[in-house]
Amino acid sequence: MNIRVQILAVMIGLGILVTILELIRKRKLREEYSVLWFATAIGILVLSLWFPLLEWLTALLGVVWPATTLFLFGLIFLVLISLHFSIKVSRLTDQVKDLAQEAALLSEEVSRFRAQSAVPEARPDTSSSNS
Amino acid sequence: MKVLAIIPAYNEEASLPVVLREMSNHAGGVDCLVINDGSKDRTAETARAVGVGVVSHPVNLGAGAAAQTGFRYALRRGYDIVIQIDADGQHDPRDIPSLLRALENEGVDAAIGSRFLEDRGYRPTRMRSVGMSFFNGLATILTGQRVTDSTSCFRALKRPVFKFFAEMDYPTDFQDADLRVLMKRAGFRVQEVAVSMRPRLGGRSFINGIVPAYYVFKVSLSILVTLLREAPRLRRE
Repeated sequence: MNIRVQILAVMIGLGILVTILELIRKRKLREEYSVLWFATAIGILVLSLWFPLLEWLTALLGVVWPATTLFLFGLIFLVLISLHFSIKVSRLTDQVKDLAQEAALLSEEVSRFRAQSAVPEARPDTSSSNS
Repeated sequence: MKVLAIIPAYNEEASLPVVLREMSNHAGGVDCLVINDGSKDRTAETARAVGVGVVSHPVNLGAGAAAQTGFRYALRRGYDIVIQIDADGQHDPRDIPSLLRALENEGVDAAIGSRFLEDRGYRPTRMRSVGMSFFNGLATILTGQRVTDSTSCFRALKRPVFKFFAEMDYPTDFQDADLRVLMKRAGFRVQEVAVSMRPRLGGRSFINGIVPAYYVFKVSLSILVTLLREAPRLRRE
């Protein structure tokens, strides 16, 4: 493999690794979302530094150029990361829906009890605060 | 029998007063609950002004989610029957007694209003008609029971049915043929009841633009996975 391609690949791998660590350090990324990113970075590093492994994989896949193998694996990991996020977003959507429904039901209950016990409302109108 | 009418509403300030007035005229003895799905207009205030209960979503969640909030409310407040009716005036509250009469039959768990069971003059557009026939046909084959109006959300449900809807992963947007298939798989007995359909009084349908294509895809996919999943087992109260 061309030495320049190898240097580029190592730099990309290191770049991802450092960025992810820095994001976690600053608490901008939660640890549980970093696993696949670390796997991607380490995968790129291992494949670009351990040339015999890359050659073996290249021959196994029937690919002509070793760098293609490298990028293929990068692509596979990116697809996995996107899928992981789609699953997480679906779960978050469900949780947000449940929370909003619960908030709506509880707020109705509070105003009903307030009306019964004739306690004045703390705020004149809670529903207009988000419009 | 405690009966609750749930009225999911998103930006329906124009039609809601008419619907609520008709409800009190033609469905006396039925409590009304408007579920305001994060409307940007005065939907909630309009309902409160006539003394009707309102549950307001803090954000817009979709028509299905609004209905589910209604089911959850009815479950907590101990209602026996839930009637679901649109806020746009397309459903006629005068049909509610016939929906409730269908539920008096011991074997019926859900009565669903159908615009096509009797010809009452409703004519959908050509595109809409094709889509409806497709899902009606599919639902008829999959439930082994004649389904003439799978898109209808004008219905009366006994407690086991709305309890099931309240606790399941209920669709947040379209409530369609997939629910008919699911109800069949859950072992509920459904009866269609002829109802009239009127043009909407105001507001707009959320099914327009690119949505119809997505709608057909989503409901078809939902039917497929409903069939692939294990049949739901109902928890007894």
